[in-house]
Amino acid sequence: MPLKLYTEEKRVTACLIGEIDHHGAGALREEIDGMLKRVRPDTLILDFRDVTFMDSSGIGLVMGRYRLIQEWDGVVEIHNPLPSIKKVMRLAGLDRIASIHSSPPKSGANPEKTEARV
Amino acid sequence: MKVLNEIKLSFPSRSANEAFARTALSAFAAALDPTIEELADLKTAVSEAVTNAIVHGYKEEIGTIYIHAKILEKNKIVIRVRDTGCGIPNVKQAMEPLYTTCPTGERSGLGFAVMEAFMDKVAVRSRVGRGTSVTLEKTILSKGAE
Repeated sequence: MPLKLYTEEKRVTACLIGEIDHHGAGALREEIDGMLKRVRPDTLILDFRDVTFMDSSGIGLVMGRYRLIQEWDGVVEIHNPLPSIKKVMRLAGLDRIASIHSSPPKSGANPEKTEARV
Repeated sequence: MKVLNEIKLSFPSRSANEAFARTALSAFAAALDPTIEELADLKTAVSEAVTNAIVHGYKEEIGTIYIHAKILEKNKIVIRVRDTGCGIPNVKQAMEPLYTTCPTGERSGLGFAVMEAFMDKVAVRSRVGRGTSVTLEKTILSKGAE
């Protein structure tokens, strides 16, 4: 599964693309963790805007990254999940460990974020 | 109940086939004219069941996963996902949310909880050393049951 990772000061953004399942989760985990351990960011943003499917493997992926970034008191933000993906997140109670944000559809380089709790 | 249509699939328990399985079932279920949400529910539940068979049923080895799906009267779909792997010693415990046998902490332990939340009925039969079958049932409401 493809992934775009970028860093801005103490913030790492991971743009996830396609379908997140057990098959693809391992490679995603390794790439994201490599960046997290190098940068030790304050915030990890997981952007789900281009994710079309996610099962509970995605929950494990978010929880594992949360545990890692907690080692230096960082936080995880989840951006733009589809309603079906938010449903899986809500079921798992991910909103208790990460804030979930929705922003308007792609418009500019830095769209304004509006926070919406699931 | 009368069977209106059915499919049988079998494939090796390679993780690349998780996407194949849920996509195939989603195509089969399309005849019921499900909503986007219902289709996502089905795909997610199938993905969980198939992943369980791969990760837990067969662990390090590659075995065969069998799927038998039926469309019944009154817009009901029944999907059975079966493996002939190691089986589950304690099904009740395995179905508890957050229970996981995965030592790395990368599996959430929510597979069965997701299946139960997204389907109307989930039945698990398992025998140690013989394998596990998970039967998922859902009535697709979009067309309305006659």
